[in-house]
Amino acid sequence: MGTLGSKIQQVLNEPGCATNQAKSNPERKKGCNRLLAPGAAAGGCAFDGAKIALQPITDVAHLIHGPIGCEGHSWDNRGAKSSGPQLYRTSFTTSINEQDIIFGGEKHLYKAIKEIVEKHNPPAVFVYQTCVPAMIGDDIEAVCKAAQKKFGKPIIPINVPGFVGSKNLGNKLAGEALLDYVIGTEEPEFTTPYDINIIGEYNLSGELWQVKPLLDELGIRILATISGDAKYHEVARSHRARAAMMVCSKAMINVARKMEERYGIPFFEGSFYGIGDMSDALRTISQLLVDRGANAELLARTEAVIQREETRARERIAPFKTRLAGKRVLLFTGGVKSWSVVAALQEAGLIVTGTSVKKSTPDDKARIKELVKEDAHMFDDLRPREMYAMLKEARADIMLSGGRTQFVALKAKMPWLDINQERHHAYAGYVGMVALINEIDKALSNPIWDQIRRSAPWEKAALHLHIA
Amino acid sequence: MAKVVVSQEHCTVNPLRMSQPVGAALAFMGVDNAMPLLHGSQGCTSFGLVLFVRHFREAIPMQTTALSEVASVMGGFDNVEQALVNIAARTKPAFIGICTTGISEIKGDDLNGFLKVIRASHPELDSIALVDVSTPDFEGAFQDGWAAAVTRMIEELVDVPFSTARLTRRINILPGSHITPGDIDELRDIFEAFCLEPVFLPDLSGSLDGHIPAEFTPTTLGGISLEQIRKMGSACWTIAIGEQMRGAAITLEHRTGIPYRLFERLTGLAANDELMGFLSEISGVPVPRKYRRQRSQLIDAMLDGHFHFGGKRVAIAAEPDLLAVFSHWLDEMGCEIQVAITTTQSPSLETMPVDEVVLGDLEDLEMRAAGTDLLVTHSHGRQAAARLGIPLFRIGLPIFDRLGAGQQVSVGYRGTRDLIFEVGNLFLANIHEPTPHTWESRENASQPLVSLEVH
Repeated sequence: MGTLGSKIQQVLNEPGCATNQAKSNPERKKGCNRLLAPGAAAGGCAFDGAKIALQPITDVAHLIHGPIGCEGHSWDNRGAKSSGPQLYRTSFTTSINEQDIIFGGEKHLYKAIKEIVEKHNPPAVFVYQTCVPAMIGDDIEAVCKAAQKKFGKPIIPINVPGFVGSKNLGNKLAGEALLDYVIGTEEPEFTTPYDINIIGEYNLSGELWQVKPLLDELGIRILATISGDAKYHEVARSHRARAAMMVCSKAMINVARKMEERYGIPFFEGSFYGIGDMSDALRTISQLLVDRGANAELLARTEAVIQREETRARERIAPFKTRLAGKRVLLFTGGVKSWSVVAALQEAGLIVTGTSVKKSTPDDKARIKELVKEDAHMFDDLRPREMYAMLKEARADIMLSGGRTQFVALKAKMPWLDINQERHHAYAGYVGMVALINEIDKALSNPIWDQIRRSAPWEKAALHLHIA
Repeated sequence: MAKVVVSQEHCTVNPLRMSQPVGAALAFMGVDNAMPLLHGSQGCTSFGLVLFVRHFREAIPMQTTALSEVASVMGGFDNVEQALVNIAARTKPAFIGICTTGISEIKGDDLNGFLKVIRASHPELDSIALVDVSTPDFEGAFQDGWAAAVTRMIEELVDVPFSTARLTRRINILPGSHITPGDIDELRDIFEAFCLEPVFLPDLSGSLDGHIPAEFTPTTLGGISLEQIRKMGSACWTIAIGEQMRGAAITLEHRTGIPYRLFERLTGLAANDELMGFLSEISGVPVPRKYRRQRSQLIDAMLDGHFHFGGKRVAIAAEPDLLAVFSHWLDEMGCEIQVAITTTQSPSLETMPVDEVVLGDLEDLEMRAAGTDLLVTHSHGRQAAARLGIPLFRIGLPIFDRLGAGQQVSVGYRGTRDLIFEVGNLFLANIHEPTPHTWESRENASQPLVSLEVH
């Protein structure tokens, strides 16, 4: 565990992290691992975070070494889409029992790897450590090393027992495993000056495919996405990209920064959500590529595509404006950057009355403030009870949030739209923003709202009687 | 008599089984104003919570002691104490049910001892009932955790009656984990039609039936009250549903002297005849007209449906008690149970109408299910169903890709009748239409295809 301990320290002291940079020295030393409050905690563990970050790699067998509680409730439940292999949706777990705990689970793990290799022959097996085998001292690194030697293929240890910290820490530790064992271990067949990596994009609901056609059109090749719709070999060869975009900053910043350090791949932090952000992303990708030797004509072509797509998106959003103008939105986002969605909503005439800034950096907060002026409240932490009160008192017309808070809105009989990672609709790029506006319109204009808010006739009668 | 076989694979592929602590947490959610608490790392809770949210489409109260690496090794007393104090202050529940997990079990945390010490120094917890249950996730399964939680609630909360005086209309019902909120509503109607007053422990029909509460509440929206649990000793009978509840029923009998009757299942004509007969006997009320009509309707549905069930080969994967419900019922409708996969040991396994019951996973189901007409399991069977091209009937938990999981009813004459329609319609929708080649002998049938490919 010594190595895991130092790894965690290193990840928590990420110099690329804006929040971390803004801290004083002693504060930084403490790291950013918020202590979890027993009885008042929400969210997943480090193992959960690692699985979220890596499972989108589609042709790998993901093997969870732990009791059934770690994998049995949560497999095949995220919307990361694949353009080909489906192996990532098959669940593999050692599901260790009392015998393993008494005698050690290493042999069990080794045999499980053997069964997977014999049955499925995947390009690699990722082995995830969990709390119970970590406590009894199962050395998954050693087992993976032995298995790799025996089976002649990468068997990658992902050392992320849940109790080391939060989901976010797990994202980062997963990134470390890729840096240590995968990235740079193979060479691409050929490279071009137009090769990029997209880091921290998981292709949930197929969102990568809302963006990829535009990159294809510009002749920009995605060498690897880490990790949405990725194949093992693509990630292993990703160190030859010319530039990188980091999509979900908090999750994989260590990967982007270390790839810059090790392989000289410049990166920028961007977002595919919102028209302006999407255009900025395309612009910056092209600029970075040109800076690194791509033909400068790429910039003009990019501007042409941006202009065409922006015009098209605005044309498609315009008809919604009369319907949506003045409608008030409560916006609680997790992974999606608040300000980029705020801008898109304003495009359609919606008013953001409140937004969460819990996960935002001071810089993000400043941008939101600039966008929403005085209209909106910025909440650091809004308890469900308060959210419910806001909705019940109709201080908003619709709530956009993650699945965790959906019933707060629905039980208050208020429209709600899922904009978190479990959502079923894709909202990336220009087409995605139009889709988002369309979904908001569908939610707001559904005829159920008037019906369900009407009291039952006998309740009205009772009220009259009471007054009389 | 079925042979019970344990899968010899070292790798569990596409798990069927879920963990004990999460099963126990669900049982605790059948108590009003409750907060289940898992003593483990926060992932233990978060995975279970997401599972239930997706299944019931409801907000799920569930908390964690958030064990860190250090606390896991040094002991989690402080975490349990802090969690209880925080929950009491933030959500003000009447009841907290605390489940151990693999981590706290390995460390050997003495949860029951912890609670005694914590109570002594925290008077603010005096008004909150606390029940702990041992549910390591490295052994047993969901239904074991559910049953253990119910047994512990009986041991800790039911008052030992002072006298043998009983309320002649009051009955206790101990439903297994496979009994849905919809089932409980149906059963309540049945019992009340016999002028009985049923009390369900636990009662998910109050908390997870999907309804609109008047006010926001961070704990369960309903369920059996603590007062009702305390007074369970005043009932005249206990009805346990599912073999998993035998232990809880015996515990209750020892504590209160109330006799129990266990119904292994309440699906199918014979099973419900038995229930009706028993209810009529203990209540002295003749079987109401409503149920005579429903019985007749069920018989008619069996007549209409048997054409489509007869000879169909079915592969089922479910927890033991749910497996018992569906394998016996489908067997009674003329199906052949070709494959039966389950999660944990149970005395009911040997009586299944099948040659062999495998303790295994959904890969075991998929490997054996080729050539069957229907898969019956939870939503995770969808990949196998797609690969095999066999329709899937979703039962149990989780059902995350269909609406109304909490209201799926399989008990009673009416529930069985509707089940015939639902499953029968699946068979009807998947009839293999005949082609000119259907009745050709095998060699002849394959020849034109081969020659086409050659050309």
